[in-house]
Amino acid sequence: MQRLNHSRAPQEAATAGPDDPARTLALGLRVLQLGPILILLVLCVALAALTPVFLTERNVTNLGFQVSIVAVLALGQLLVILTRGIDLSVGSIVALSGVLGAMALDGSFASSGFGVVLVMLAVGLAVGLMNGVILVKGRILNAFIVTLGTLSIVRGVALLVADAQVNVGMPSVVAATGADKLGPIPVPAALVVVLATVAWVMTTKTQWGRWIYAVGGDPEGARRLGIPVDRVLISVYALCGLSAGIAGILVAGRTGVGDPNAGTLVELDAITAVIIGGASFFGGRGGVWNVVAGALIIAVMRNGLNLLDVEPFWQMVAIGVLVIVSLELDVLRGHLEERLRAGRAAA
Amino acid sequence: MSALLEVRGATKSYGAVRALVDVDLDLHKGETLALLGDNGAGKSTLIKALAGAQPLDQGEILLDGEPAAFRSPVDARRAGVETLFQDLALFDNLSATANFFIGRELTGPRWLRRLAFLQERQMAQEWQEHLDRLGVRIRDSTQSIGVMSGGQRQAVAVIRAVAFATRVVILDEPTAALGLRESRHILDLIKRLPEHGVSTILISHNLEHVMEVADRAVVLRQGRRVGEAVPSRENHERLVALIVGGESGASQRQGPDDGGSK
Repeated sequence: MQRLNHSRAPQEAATAGPDDPARTLALGLRVLQLGPILILLVLCVALAALTPVFLTERNVTNLGFQVSIVAVLALGQLLVILTRGIDLSVGSIVALSGVLGAMALDGSFASSGFGVVLVMLAVGLAVGLMNGVILVKGRILNAFIVTLGTLSIVRGVALLVADAQVNVGMPSVVAATGADKLGPIPVPAALVVVLATVAWVMTTKTQWGRWIYAVGGDPEGARRLGIPVDRVLISVYALCGLSAGIAGILVAGRTGVGDPNAGTLVELDAITAVIIGGASFFGGRGGVWNVVAGALIIAVMRNGLNLLDVEPFWQMVAIGVLVIVSLELDVLRGHLEERLRAGRAAA
Repeated sequence: MSALLEVRGATKSYGAVRALVDVDLDLHKGETLALLGDNGAGKSTLIKALAGAQPLDQGEILLDGEPAAFRSPVDARRAGVETLFQDLALFDNLSATANFFIGRELTGPRWLRRLAFLQERQMAQEWQEHLDRLGVRIRDSTQSIGVMSGGQRQAVAVIRAVAFATRVVILDEPTAALGLRESRHILDLIKRLPEHGVSTILISHNLEHVMEVADRAVVLRQGRRVGEAVPSRENHERLVALIVGGESGASQRQGPDDGGSK
C-alpha cells in the first residue's frame, strides 16, 4: 500500500497543484479519526442484513445492557490511557464495591439504598486514589506494575471480607440502576450516555481536560510548563476507580448479589474497548465517543456472532484481530502525519 | 545604566566536573546578548540556572537588582523570564493554539477553577494577534502541531517564549536543525524583540546568525568567562579564537578543549 501511495503522489502533484497530496493525507487522517464509528456502522449494517433478529427492539435493548458495564469502565480507562497509563485493577474494584455494598445493606447503616450506592462509589474512588498516589508519590512510575499489584490486593480483600461467599440482596436503587428500563431504554445505557457526555465535556472543554492530553503528549514538557502533572495523574486514576465503582453498581444491580468473583478479567474488555476506540497506547490521543463506539463494537460483535450461531470461541478470535487492526491504524496515523510534515517542510 | 539581569560568581559542578566557575554576566534592557562557547563550555548550565531548571552551587542572580532564586521554571516565568529549551517542549497531539497557551489557558468562569471552560475563540484570536504582530504565517492553527513542518513548530515554540516574556527571553539554539528559509524567519522574529522592551539571551553555534542579531557576545570556555566582544565581521576571528581557546583566529580551529565537557 505504501508503494502505491508513493507512485501516485507525484502524478497528483503534476495534475492538481502542490497542495493536493497534503489534502489527501489530511483527509486520510480525518477518516482514521472516524474509524471506530465507521467500523461500528459497517458492523451494524452487515448484521442487520444477515439476521432479522439484530434490529428487533428486544435485541437492541439487550445490547444496551450488555454494553453498559464495559462502556462505563472504558470511559475511566480512557482517561488513564490518555496519560500513558493503564489501570488493571478495575475488575477487582467491581468485586470489592459489590461485596462492601452488600455488607453495608446488611449492617443497616445504609438501609435507604442510597447509602449503599455511596459506599460502592466511595470504594471505587478510594482504590483509584490509592493507585494514583502510589504511582506518583511512590515514584514507581509504572502504572502496569502498580495496578497489577492493586488488582491482586483488591481482589484478595474482596474475597477475605466476603469470606469467599456470594452475598445475596441489593437495595432497589442499585437493582434499578443495573437492570431497569425507561421505556425500551435500559437505565444503564442511559447512564452511559450521561457519563460519556460529562466525560466529553471535561476532556474537550475544560482546562483540566486539556492538561490530561498535555501530560499524555509530553509529561516532561508539561511539568516544565507549569502543569501540575502529579495532580493530573492522581485525578485520572481516582476517576477511573470511580468509574469502576459505578460499573460495580451496574453489575450488582443486574445480578442482585455482592460477589467477590465479579468482574474477573473485565479490565481487559475495558482496555480492549479503548484501543478499538482508536486511543493511542502512547498517550495523548483518543476521544470519548470513539471509545463508546469501541465498547459497542465489542458488544455488537459478540451479540451478532451469537445470533449467527457462530461458535463462541470465534468471538475471541475476532476481537483479538480487531485489537491488532486498531493498533495498526494508530501506526498508520503516525505514518500519515509524518508524511504530511515532510511534505510541508518541502513545500 | 544598571543591568536588568545580573549574574554574579555563578559556579556549578557535576561531581568532579566544574561546569561553571565564577561566571559574571549582565544583560541590559532591550539588549540582545549572545552566549557563545564550544560544547561543554557551560552555556546550557548557565541558562538552566537562569530559567530555574537547575540551581547554582554558588553565586547569585539579580533581576532588576533584586535577588531572584528561581526554584522552578514556573517561578522564572512568573518573574517574566521565558526560556526556549532545545527540545522545544511542544505537544504533538495538540493544536498550535493549544501549545501556545498550554498551562495558562484562558478560562471561565473562575469559580470552576481547573474545571473552568476553555475560551477557545478568545484564545484563537489572541494567538492570531501574536502571529500578525510578529509577522508569522501559519495556515491552520487548529491542526495538531505534530503535522506541522520543523520550521513552523520551532516558530510556535519561539513565539510562545517571546509572547509571554515581559523581561527576559532565553533562546537556546532557536535555529538549530532548521533550513535556511526557516532560520531566516526566526532571526527576523528575534530582531524585533527589542521593540517590545524584552531583553534576549541567545545561544547559537552559528556566528553568522549571532552577528546579525546580537548587540554583544559573551564567550565561555570550560566553564569560565573568557571574554566578550561586539559580534561583527571585524571581530569574527577574535570570537572564534575566544571560543576555541587560542591567541589568534582560525588556525586554532582544529584544537578545541580537551575534556571539560559534561
